[in-house]
Amino acid sequence: MRLLVNKIFLVLSVLSALIGLAFLAWILTTLFIKGLSSFHFNLFLNDLIDGGLRNLIIGQFILAGLAAALGIPLGMAAGIYLQEYGRGRYASLIRDLSDIMMSAPSIVIGAFVYAVVVIPTGGTSGFAGAIALGIMMLPVVINTTDNMLSLVPRELREAGIALGASKYRVILDIVIKAAKVGIMTGILLAFARIIGETAPLLFTSETSNYFSVDLTQSFPSLTVSIYDLANEPEESSRDLAWAASFILTALVLIINLIGRFITRNKNN
Amino acid sequence: MEKLFQKISLGSASLVFVILVGIFLTLFSASKEAIEEFGFDFITNPDWNKEIILETTPTVTDTLEDSDEIIDEDDMILDEDDMIMDEDEVLFEEDDTNTKTVFGGLVPIVGTLLTTLIALVFALPIAMGIAVFLAEIAPKNISHIVGIAIELLAAIPSIIFGMWGLYYFAPIVADIVGGYQVSLLTAGLVLGVMILPFMAAITRDSMNTTPNVLKESAYALGATKFEVIKDIIFPYSKVGIIGSIILALGRALGETMAVAFLIGSIFVLPSAINDPTISIPVAMANNFGEASGLGESALFYLALILFVISFGVISIAKFYFLKKAH
Amino acid sequence: MPVMNIKKFSFTYPGVEHPSLRNITLPIEKNKITALIGPSGCGKSTLLRAMNRIHDLYPGNKYDGAIDLLDFETGKSKNILNIRKENEFIKLRQQVGMIFQKPTPFPMSIFDNVAYGLKIAGIKNKSELEGRVEEALKGSALWKEVHDRLNKSAMGLSGGQQQRLCIARAVAVKPEVLLFDEPTSALDPISTGAIEELLVELKKDVSIAIVTHNMQQASRISDYTAFMYLGDLIEYDKTENIFLNPKEKKTEDYITGRFG
Repeated sequence: MRLLVNKIFLVLSVLSALIGLAFLAWILTTLFIKGLSSFHFNLFLNDLIDGGLRNLIIGQFILAGLAAALGIPLGMAAGIYLQEYGRGRYASLIRDLSDIMMSAPSIVIGAFVYAVVVIPTGGTSGFAGAIALGIMMLPVVINTTDNMLSLVPRELREAGIALGASKYRVILDIVIKAAKVGIMTGILLAFARIIGETAPLLFTSETSNYFSVDLTQSFPSLTVSIYDLANEPEESSRDLAWAASFILTALVLIINLIGRFITRNKNN
Repeated sequence: MEKLFQKISLGSASLVFVILVGIFLTLFSASKEAIEEFGFDFITNPDWNKEIILETTPTVTDTLEDSDEIIDEDDMILDEDDMIMDEDEVLFEEDDTNTKTVFGGLVPIVGTLLTTLIALVFALPIAMGIAVFLAEIAPKNISHIVGIAIELLAAIPSIIFGMWGLYYFAPIVADIVGGYQVSLLTAGLVLGVMILPFMAAITRDSMNTTPNVLKESAYALGATKFEVIKDIIFPYSKVGIIGSIILALGRALGETMAVAFLIGSIFVLPSAINDPTISIPVAMANNFGEASGLGESALFYLALILFVISFGVISIAKFYFLKKAH
Repeated sequence: MPVMNIKKFSFTYPGVEHPSLRNITLPIEKNKITALIGPSGCGKSTLLRAMNRIHDLYPGNKYDGAIDLLDFETGKSKNILNIRKENEFIKLRQQVGMIFQKPTPFPMSIFDNVAYGLKIAGIKNKSELEGRVEEALKGSALWKEVHDRLNKSAMGLSGGQQQRLCIARAVAVKPEVLLFDEPTSALDPISTGAIEELLVELKKDVSIAIVTHNMQQASRISDYTAFMYLGDLIEYDKTENIFLNPKEKKTEDYITGRFG
């Protein structure tokens, strides 16, 4: 009897894993089929106004890139504070708040940036969208820096100090270097996450049909446009949305895999 | 230089505090108008953007006076301003009807809670099963590969779940269960698929903290795998598992895009599980662009409620459960 | 003539009630090797780590007494326990270097590792750096093995080589004192032997204090030995006296293996 229960349990567990894999396969296959059927190289040459995706793809990268330019240095500096300088209650508090921020609803962050950037500046802008994405990236970078630095052995820091280096020199020259690979992976994964975000951009930078690098106006976004296109009645819009979804997912998964590949290489 | 570096890192860390407090204060101040107008009734009122006609108290404009001519049906002295009245009557004039627009958040709040609940019920057994598979059942290399697959599932953007969910998953669910393709149920199920990998990964990590000696002692007594998992591993990692569930719950509450595709986006309380309705993030996503004044303030009120609920749930997960594990 | 003089030194870790070191008085003689021995928990590492104030990475320590360091330029002694300012700490650590139990190569090339202390001391001239690095690597018996791959990562060296690299790194700055905290306990016997030989060579240029739980090592290489027990200095003398003719019963018990 016990053995029977055991067998059933094992079967259920394997079944669950198969269900999980099935969902992944289903989604990827769908994207592949629907995306490829509407795929043609003009997608990369034309802007949305001409039925292509060029401005959207570039725009999404610019937004994510600007967000990273904000989130990475600030996040690393904060992570360094938590691990290298912070002691006691304040550091604990910040660490906890940062973890909470990581799971905060992205649409609320969009509403926040709407209120503090869009309304005072009189309109949507690429800057507002990038700021919203940056706020989302910040706690993830903090978390990864904090964790990776904690893995660096104590003696390495002591050896640097013992040579007469000042603390910030030890952190920058030795500790960060030692944690470099782990931090890079964390940052890449964070980047992959924000480049796929839609909600924070919906009313901060919206999107645009035209090619633009003007961050003071509505800014082209691949994700927001997928949402708009999917809501349009025309079949051609729907097809374009699928092609865009395929490209977006490919982008996100590739960046993700690169991040994992880097870590695997280091461990060998 | 050292001092400068310390200041910069401290400042950056404090940014977290500043932003979180900033979010709360901003939401609060932007929703003040709606809070003052509706108070706590906002939470229980199902009417969104409804014009309510207030009772018109007609204003009396004239009454009979002795000097007025009284005429009966035989006499008809009329001029353009005359109105036929009798001595009991008083002249009334139609006033402008008083209307007011009310916003009530009950529907999106209920929608948010119910979709999250459905997601949890759907995802929990599957996530636990996957975690057990990865941690205890699969041989190392299969566990590694399946683990990566699960993490890729987690990496797929929310909007993609929306696309796939709407055009492929929802029709199948509607075929099986009947009812609408866009509904509470389909939104909840797709939400469940989204939180599945997160729950599975954290549960697996929790299970892996169980010391090998503990498991080995149980096996040495002749326990089956199921019994070791049930009696040793789960109790040992219980706290971390519960924490992961609550954390997944917190994330599901704030999910926007996938739900936006699938919930139907109408401000109507669902009478059945396969009825369309709306959730807080979707209400915000759809209406923020055009809203203004009281309507916009009402959206911020919803945002505030969502923020407070999420913050509360995630804090509970973090502080109580995950701390206890360490 | 001692290069360091420890006088009635007591030390308490942060947040701890009882001192880990009580009233230690002990000289570190110039160009000699002084060994600190004793059972686990006796405080020998704690004492060593006080000598370059590395405890101060973790604030809240309590000090009592004095540790005087001879300044070779002025001929005067200064109590290093009085140091407060950042630049004085830096100067102290350039005069008193440390090698740890676990080899700690920095994640950079072999050359950059050895040059690190020089660069932060402000030496930028390329040929001067190259000269000092070569000198230090020769002085640590590592030059022959690495001279043709100086810009390869230090992480690729074996454990024994990494430890000698750390010694080269510390020696490059030309300190007056070198502190060794159980430098060979993580190494194989052959590497241990190589490093012991190295220490005997090094004492021509620096004064050495070494913590070791290996009594044979202490008797092999040190000139003076201090035996410690539970935070107290039980006995200090020339090494041959400690091992052949200890005055205290506790010392004798430890030497003969009755405890430890």
